[in-house]
Amino acid sequence: MEKLMEINHVGYSYHTMQGETPALSNINFTVHKGDFLAIVGPSGCGKSTLLSLLAGLIEPEHGSILLYGQKLYQKASGTIGYMLQHDHLFEWRTIEKNVLLGLEIQKKLTPAAKDKIYDMLKTYGLYKFKNARPSQLSGGMRQRAALIRTLALEPELLLLDEPFSALDYQTRLTVGDDIGSIIKKEQKTAILVTHDLSEAVSLGSKVLILSKRPATIKCVINIDFPENVSPLERRNLPEFKDYFNKIWKELNHDE
Amino acid sequence: MMSEISLAQQKFLLTQKRHRRTVAVSRFFIFLCFFGLWEGAARLGWIDSFFFSSPSRVLLCAYNMALDHSLFIHIGVTLFETVASFALALILAVTVTIILWFNKKISETMEPYLVILNSLPKSALAPLLIVWLGANYNTIIITGMSVAVFGSILNLYTSFQSVDPEKIKLIRTLGGTKYHILAKVVLPASIPSFFSIMKVNIGLCLVGVIIGEFISSRQGLGYLIIYGSQVFKLDWVIMSIVILCLVAWGLYSLLSRLEQNYQKRMS
Repeated sequence: MEKLMEINHVGYSYHTMQGETPALSNINFTVHKGDFLAIVGPSGCGKSTLLSLLAGLIEPEHGSILLYGQKLYQKASGTIGYMLQHDHLFEWRTIEKNVLLGLEIQKKLTPAAKDKIYDMLKTYGLYKFKNARPSQLSGGMRQRAALIRTLALEPELLLLDEPFSALDYQTRLTVGDDIGSIIKKEQKTAILVTHDLSEAVSLGSKVLILSKRPATIKCVINIDFPENVSPLERRNLPEFKDYFNKIWKELNHDE
Repeated sequence: MMSEISLAQQKFLLTQKRHRRTVAVSRFFIFLCFFGLWEGAARLGWIDSFFFSSPSRVLLCAYNMALDHSLFIHIGVTLFETVASFALALILAVTVTIILWFNKKISETMEPYLVILNSLPKSALAPLLIVWLGANYNTIIITGMSVAVFGSILNLYTSFQSVDPEKIKLIRTLGGTKYHILAKVVLPASIPSFFSIMKVNIGLCLVGVIIGEFISSRQGLGYLIIYGSQVFKLDWVIMSIVILCLVAWGLYSLLSRLEQNYQKRMS
């Protein structure tokens, strides 16, 4: 499979007047096309920092991040889509205008691009809400709208920063299933950061386990489920529990 | 929902209606009492209407001044100066705030100066401004503006700063620049505080304009008040105060209406 992104010896520290806090040290991994990489780790270990680095929002202090063999620059947007913890749909915009925000900023608001968005809104059941305000939508629908906003720029790599953590448990399962299926259907490569191990197993094709801060990669576990099993169905398969336990053990290894 | 209204809903609506009616009647009652008592007290000689005037004297005075159009000139001048200083204060405040927002070094440098200028009673500046700029409209407009502008900058800047950093991150993940952050998030998110700043400002500008007119002017309600008090034409003074009340109320409700329109459009 084609290499999409290479992360070589990446390290990053936070600086304050009180001192330096190392967040990540010597991170190495490769993302291949079509991967769904789930990153788990103890809370506060620097998972979100890693995503910000991968998105090109901040620059690594050590090492390098290569996208298609090219150094990642701040203007890598467009190829990399980022989905935040909350949907952050703007209340002063309609759903349609919210979803078009990325295209508007990138000045790519062509009729063809718009038609594509409309198709996506139709496919994912949001078209009739296109003139509604975000507050009129349910949590799951809002998260779907946020995903379409991210997909509108046709990113090759999707970064998901605990995108379901703000939802209640029930919605979370269905939206996770929903969004996992959408990403699969649109044939996107994705990196999901989560603290929910079952979410990582149900969505990921690989799980990357980080250590405590400063985070390094503890190990990578390949997740193998039969094709065409939805994330929700995965939870009912016997392998699910095994993977879960394996990750759980790895996470609590040194304690 | 429209066709059948349940009994409980009917009862609820009725209570609401009654409540609103009570409030409206009470308001009118206070109005009536105040002016009735004032008029009665003046007529019965409880108060000296030379000093305290009376509603009928105020109305008569307004009628006479309306006949020679001088009333409208005074109101017009004050209104013009207020609206001009209000607009100027807003434009200046928004511009300065945007500059401060773009450059953290400038904003941190300027902060103590802005705080001092904001706490300073601006009426103290008015005599100085008149000496420097001369006794004309411009000076009065600038006096009005100076009362409102510093507070607006501080408030607007706080509102710019309080925008959710995650929303700013969102714009950056979509490839937006600082300009996009301003145009797509910071400005729209600050519109509600912009409205509340405007509502405060219109009152402040009116204060500034009246102070300016007190000190140096030939026209306007402030002039009428100060001149009237000097020549013991207290009808003028009280009429001007009543008109000022109406002007302040009118301008404020205009802004309230604008704000409500905006809120309605947003839901």
